[in-house]
Order: sequence, then C-alpha cells, then structure tokens
Amino acid sequence: MPLSAQPLAGGEPYVLVVSLDNARHLSSLLRAVHFQDHATCFATANGLRVTVEDAKCIQANAFIQAEIFQEFAVQEESVTFRINLSVLLDCLTIFGTSSLPGTSTALRMCYRGYGYPLMLFLEEGGVVTVCKINTQEPDELLDFDFCSTNIVNKIILQSEGLREAFAELDMTSEVLQITISPDKPYFRLSTFGNAGSAHLDYPRDSDLMEAFHCNQTQTNR
Amino acid sequence: MRFRAKIVDLACLNHFSRIINTIAKLAKTCTLRLTDSKLYFILADKVANGGVSMWCDLCQGNFFDEFQMEGVAAEHNEIYLELVPENLSRALKTAQSAKAVKIKLTNKHCPCLRVAVELPSLSSSSRIVTHDIPVGVIPRRLWNDFREPGVPDFDVSIYLPVLKTMKSVVERMKNLSNSIVIEANLSGEMNLKIETDLVSVTTHFKDLGNPPWASEDGCQSSPGRDLESMAEARIDIKKLQQLLAGQQVNPTKALCNIVSKRIVHFILLHEDVSLQYFIPALA
Repeated sequence: MPLSAQPLAGGEPYVLVVSLDNARHLSSLLRAVHFQDHATCFATANGLRVTVEDAKCIQANAFIQAEIFQEFAVQEESVTFRINLSVLLDCLTIFGTSSLPGTSTALRMCYRGYGYPLMLFLEEGGVVTVCKINTQEPDELLDFDFCSTNIVNKIILQSEGLREAFAELDMTSEVLQITISPDKPYFRLSTFGNAGSAHLDYPRDSDLMEAFHCNQTQTNR
Repeated sequence: MRFRAKIVDLACLNHFSRIINTIAKLAKTCTLRLTDSKLYFILADKVANGGVSMWCDLCQGNFFDEFQMEGVAAEHNEIYLELVPENLSRALKTAQSAKAVKIKLTNKHCPCLRVAVELPSLSSSSRIVTHDIPVGVIPRRLWNDFREPGVPDFDVSIYLPVLKTMKSVVERMKNLSNSIVIEANLSGEMNLKIETDLVSVTTHFKDLGNPPWASEDGCQSSPGRDLESMAEARIDIKKLQQLLAGQQVNPTKALCNIVSKRIVHFILLHEDVSLQYFIPALA
C-alpha cells in the first residue's frame, strides 16, 4: 500500500492528498448532504467542500477544514471534480457503519488531476481496501450570492429541535411558511393542510436557540 | 414411516432454532433427510437456485432428548422430506421460552411436520401451540439426487477472515456490483474484488492461514504449487452475501476451497453442526 505521496512509477504526481485517522468523520458529514447521487468536490488550501444540488433550486454544502485532516496537501490553487457520492460513501463505509469501540478506519485519498480516478486507501484492523472511483467534469454550481452585508435575519438553532419539527409537519400542505420577526412569535414554521393550519413557534429565549438576529419581519414560503 | 422427536433443553432449542434460521436464509425450499443418528438439510444444485448447493448436517443426539424414526423400509432406514425451512423457523420463533418442543411426522390430510410447543403458563395446565408444516415425501427412487457432495479438487484452500468484516465488505460491494471475484493463495492471502465502469474496489486480507488437508487421492492441491499464485473465481455477489448474512453465530472454523474459475466451496463448522455451501463461478 503506497503510504507516501510519491507518485507510482510512471504516473503523474498527486494534486490532492488527504489523510484522516477516522474515515467515519468524513462519511457522516457527507451522508448529511447525500440527497442526490452526484456531488462536486472542491479542494483548496483551506479545506474540502462537497456540494450537492437538486434541480438548480437546492444546494447543500459540506465543508471540512484542512486542519481536521492529519494530512492535507493541494498542489494547485484549487482542485475540482464531480463524483458519484453514493459510490464514494459505500467505499468510505466499506468496513461497516457501526464501529467497535477502539477501532477506526484510517483513510487516505489521492487524486492525480483532471481525467484521473479518485483513489481511496482504507485500513481497519490490518485489512486494507483500495478503491478507484471514476471522476467526471465538474458541473456549473449555483451561486446563491449570500453576501454578508445583505443579510437581514440570521438564526442558529440546535438541529435536534428542528428535526423533530420537520418530522411533524403536515404533508398535505403545499408550502412551508417561515416567519422571522423581532417580536412574537420570533421564529414560526407554518403549514396549511387539509385539516387546517398548524404553527410551530420557537421563542427567542428557547434552549434550542443558539443565536437570533432579527432586523425586520420576514415571511417566506 | 414414523418420526417423533422432543427437545426439552432450552439451550439446545435455541441452538437448533438458530441453525434453522440460517438454513431459511439460504434456501426457500430444501430437503430434510432423517436417519437414526443425524439430520441433514440439503439443497441440490439446480438451475433454479443459480447452481448453488448446500449440505448441512447435525447429530440428533446433540439437540434432541428423544428421537425415534422408522424409515421407508428396514434396509433404507431413512426419510427424505421436502420442506420450506422458513415455516419451521417461524414455528420455532414461538418456542423461545418453551418448556418443550415435540416434532412429529403426521399424515392427516397431507404429510405434515407437526411442531407442538409447550409454553409455560400461570395455570396448572400448560399452553400448547401447534404448527402443522406441510412437507413433501421424497420417494426412494429420487434419493440419489441428494447424495453428499465430494470435496472438489481445489486449487487453494484457505481459512476465511473474520466473518463480521467479510460481511460488511461484501454488503457494501453488493451495492456497487453484481459479481465479485474471490482470489486466494497458499500464503494465507485473500482478495475480494469488484470492478465496474464506475468503480473498482479490492479488499486485501493477509495472514489467514491455509488448512492442512490430509493427503487423500486428488484431495490435496498439487504439491509444488507456487505459494503466491492466486486461484480465483467470479461468483454472484448476492449468493455470497446471503451465506454471510445468515451466520448468526461465529463458526468455530470457516474456510473455503477455490477451484479456479469453476466453483467456490465454503465450509463452516460449529461444534456440532457442519454447513457446506457451493457457489459456482459465473460464465
């Protein structure tokens, strides 16, 4: 198993080399954005960003800082490729999703550049798995242009509470209405379904609320 | 033809149930062969199974407190039944805390295995749950179809890696490909490989050890075989995954014999049960 970043005989040098002691850190993060089969990976000296889009209207980004990795080397200014995220996740979790305490899967990812496959080397308990995943041309990605000076309202919530709320949403409603206001109800999720309308309110001093910045009332559907 | 048996010991009962559960995962229908000392679960290789075959035998004395059988005739003191193991598995599910389980071959309207589970109850009389499992009696002229398969003239014999790891890897690989290549050599190395247009994945196992087979005619891999040279076979990955997923308990010994490009023969041994599974190589 080639452990160094030296290229294999006759090959080009790697433009991206990444090492992680516990591959599960990467796989759990990527699973969170895995709602489409394909993802675009974008690596710079700052870290690795994985973007998944659906029908040009939803975009999810997972960003892992370079410092999280045990080794992170990018030879060019930026490295971009498109890859099948389902396949990547199957490879990252090749040794299973639940781990015995004390064991972890070590990961090394290498990429030679445009046209080359992504190489993964995974090791757990002395067993080594080598994966070669073909890459594709990166797609044009949406730029939502979230310029920070234009931000009107910003909320940071603990996700567990939001997850419970989403699980209870009335699915017969065509829309989900999100209201943010500087006075009551502060943060409201509303649905308008067959049985009637339902409102879920989060007060600004709720335990779930990490940050609440509201300049003006805004309602969006 | 008569058959009646009884299990009273709870540990034996649970062990027997686990074996039936494993068989049920491997075969929709199989043959149950009863002799006065052993039980056999047999799946003969047919195109309908995808060519796989299975042979599982256990000593009745290790499980049953009472066991009486009378075969079709004195010189052929055996019974061959065709049954759906899933039915037996479901019947035994009700027996997890049973006081006793009785199994009897009956023929009221049609041949059945009657499984009577005696359950503990608060009142003085026990509760008995009875399951009638329809079976087919296999006539003597067809018994030759179910002979014990011989160990093939293998190229490499090797112990399997930890089944839990092998199971995880094969399950993931199943998402990526329909077929898998198993290769191994006489230096204790085994590789599992898949390759498709999208991806290729290889898992390398080392230091597995090669079982020493007693030298019988044609049963030992040819002496002088290069230790590093790999014997390989490409098999249906679903069949392999079924075999691994069905193992509820770690076997005492697990090994496989590979006949290059022809067949892979798996042997899984527990203290009192031996399970053999043959997966033919894909064309």
